Amino acid sequence: MLEVCGITQIFGGVTALADVSFRINQGDITGVIGPNGAGKTTLFNIITGIYTQTSGRVLFEEKDISGLPPEKLARLAMVRTFQNIELFGGMTVHENVMVGMQTKSSSGLLACALKMPWSIVEERRIREASLKWLEFTGITDLADVTAGNLPFGKGRLLEIARALAVEPRIILMDEPAAGLNSQETVALAQLIKRIRDLGITVVLVEHDMELVMDICDRIVVLNLGRKLAEGTPREIQDNSDVIAAYLGDDD
Amino acid sequence: MQFDQILQYALSGFSTGAIYALIGIGFSIIYNATGIINFAQGEFVMLGGLLTLTCLDLLQLPLWAAIPCAVAVSTVAGLLFERLAIRPLRQPTPINLVIITIGGSILIRGLAMLLWGKDTHAIPAFSGDDPIAIGGATILPQHLWILAITVVIIAINKFYFYHTISGKAMRACSYNRRAAGLVGIDVRRMVLFSFMISSAMGAVAGIIVAPLTMTAYDVGVMLGLKGFCAAIIGGMSSGIATVVGGLLLGVLESLGAGLISSGYKDAIAFIILLLILFIRPQGLFGKADSERV
Amino acid sequence: MKRELLKFLAFTVFVLLLPLYFQGGYLMNVLVFVGINTMLAIALNLLLGYAGQISLGHAGFFGLGAYLSGILTATYGWNPWLAMPTAAIVVGGLAGLIGFPILKLKGHYLAMATLGLGIIIYIVFNETVDLTGGPSGLSGIPNLAVAGVTFDSDVKNYYLIWGFTLAVILFSLNLANSRVGRALRAVHDSEVAARVVGVNARILKVQIFALSALLSSLAGSLYAHTMTFISPASFGFNFSVELLTMVVIGGLGSVYGSFLGAALLTLLPEFLRAAHDYDIIIYGALLMLMVMFMPGGLVRGIPDLFRKVFKKGGGDSHA
Repeated sequence: MLEVCGITQIFGGVTALADVSFRINQGDITGVIGPNGAGKTTLFNIITGIYTQTSGRVLFEEKDISGLPPEKLARLAMVRTFQNIELFGGMTVHENVMVGMQTKSSSGLLACALKMPWSIVEERRIREASLKWLEFTGITDLADVTAGNLPFGKGRLLEIARALAVEPRIILMDEPAAGLNSQETVALAQLIKRIRDLGITVVLVEHDMELVMDICDRIVVLNLGRKLAEGTPREIQDNSDVIAAYLGDDD
Repeated sequence: MQFDQILQYALSGFSTGAIYALIGIGFSIIYNATGIINFAQGEFVMLGGLLTLTCLDLLQLPLWAAIPCAVAVSTVAGLLFERLAIRPLRQPTPINLVIITIGGSILIRGLAMLLWGKDTHAIPAFSGDDPIAIGGATILPQHLWILAITVVIIAINKFYFYHTISGKAMRACSYNRRAAGLVGIDVRRMVLFSFMISSAMGAVAGIIVAPLTMTAYDVGVMLGLKGFCAAIIGGMSSGIATVVGGLLLGVLESLGAGLISSGYKDAIAFIILLLILFIRPQGLFGKADSERV
Repeated sequence: MKRELLKFLAFTVFVLLLPLYFQGGYLMNVLVFVGINTMLAIALNLLLGYAGQISLGHAGFFGLGAYLSGILTATYGWNPWLAMPTAAIVVGGLAGLIGFPILKLKGHYLAMATLGLGIIIYIVFNETVDLTGGPSGLSGIPNLAVAGVTFDSDVKNYYLIWGFTLAVILFSLNLANSRVGRALRAVHDSEVAARVVGVNARILKVQIFALSALLSSLAGSLYAHTMTFISPASFGFNFSVELLTMVVIGGLGSVYGSFLGAALLTLLPEFLRAAHDYDIIIYGALLMLMVMFMPGGLVRGIPDLFRKVFKKGGGDSHA
């Protein structure tokens, strides 16, 4: 489904990623873990088109997507969330999710401004379909709240709802549990499983080992910009290299 | 086209270019210290000229005393501007900063109109109006004054930035404001300094150009914009690149006015401005990350 | 959206009935300008308030509309109803072309670039004397006429201009509450998040820049046909700043705020006749005070103020 082939990223002489390769299977929840500075977020930024890699390729459904900007990737049904949630703070929760339907709607500027019949129909469809995602993530009662006023945990859910509205086939989450309390983390684990049950492939960068071991089907371990190991949670837990890398850094 | 004529255009272009360079460096100093483009920069140029006039006419000061006096008052105006308009801003987003400096520039211009009226005023040349022949061209003594004073100001500037503690602190701010703050540099004070230095330089520019072009409450707009253009050509450097930018602009303008059409003289600067911003936003000479000071 | 519609209807009734109160007095003429300025402020607000992109060159687009309309009708004898859309499309297209490079710039640089563009346009108005009449202006521009009625009095012009203004208001309200409007606001709030969910920020900015220029051009054409005389002085840098002041005072991202700002700044000089020349001091002070103390503009600031006065210690609440 998603294949990372020999990604290398050099920032002004510093090698952040060195020849990293792995593949992600359709329908899996895959965790990307590693100590701080391992290059996880850099890797995410490359896959999702925020950075362009120094060398290497990213294949998505057999298609080379290297260097494509995020808005193109959204059209190919790839979407991501951010470590420090990025919401549209001035808009309501419902409107945030409606923006997520951008790629599934097509009314142009003039059609919208002149309220052409088809744009009215489309607007109604956007409004209703987006409600479905509010419900899925359990924030329906917050629909009319301004997103900027949400508590962090709810903001996280909104960001996920908005991403799901893109109707992705793959969703990449950058530390979805960061900043959540234990109760919220448990709920998040359930949510991620339900997302996978919709047939959406999930990739997450995460520090919360309990969460990762609990929900992931496969795990990729990065250390100092290199791939250290790859396998099922059980295999990773028993891997001596991984244990060594984490010793003294039990974050 | 006669060689003499081209020489003539180039020479007069050089002196206006020097003015643009001084104003441009003023823009760059503030930009480097704060990330702000001060749209009110041109108003300090206007203040320099008009304040000199007041010192001469009203206070009956001799020229050599009127000039420092005018520069001092303009510097205080710059200080007040930073303290009253920039520092208290609660949401210093780029758009708010643009709006507040534009507001400040209009306010200063309006007050100048109130104080000095709408007429244009002349300041006497520093040492007479007898033309000096150079090759086949002639220049005025004031042109020489402009060039000489510009050189002196730039030299002082260089000395300040490289050989004084406060100048070095200012450079530190331009590389990384946060880090500068962490090592104990009073960043807010540096911001204040940058506004004072810029307004002083602007005032000097306004004073030395006034005998040539006359001065009025509204000369700041165009001069300010041309100065910004020089700074953009120079990649927002507060050193030699902006000086070259200013001279280049001055000469191109002067040649364009002479050879093409004087009406489009002002347009030349803005066409250059747009082209540079579109094609080489880092300036004509800059690498993407060149030295700023 | 029912409330939105009711608000608009109430506003329409207010606009339609206003002339009864003034009985065709001198102020009618001023109210015509309020209409034109409202259109312009809304056009700029779409760009600045919704998309978060500044322009200090909008007086240029306004002027281009006025001159294209004026030249096509006065010099080449076109029908004004044909000249107006032609001008609007040409100006919108031009802005679309220049939008690609210019909107790559951000913040201060964008402000300076648009400022430069505006000044270049202004210089062209002054210098192409054969076409525009240069600094002394272009006269003999015909009034608009429809079915034998010529719009040549203040009252007729009032209804003409406000008809267009109301249409622009409705157009903008529709846009703001549509997928395109939401995408715009999304880009304003977080460009990277907007892109990640599929908003093509670059194209969108260019589109809105072109639309904003097109609406400004339309206002310019209407200005030319109601005034029948235009000169470059109306389209200089100062007017761009005045438009900016209207948008900021009224409130960024608020359509009715733009009306409020436009009305205030158009009426103010009428009440300050004695201080006529010094209105720029007031503009400058207003701009600074608003940004410092009421960054949300009048539409948000006044309700906030009320809340603060009546509920002591209500805390900070700006949008």
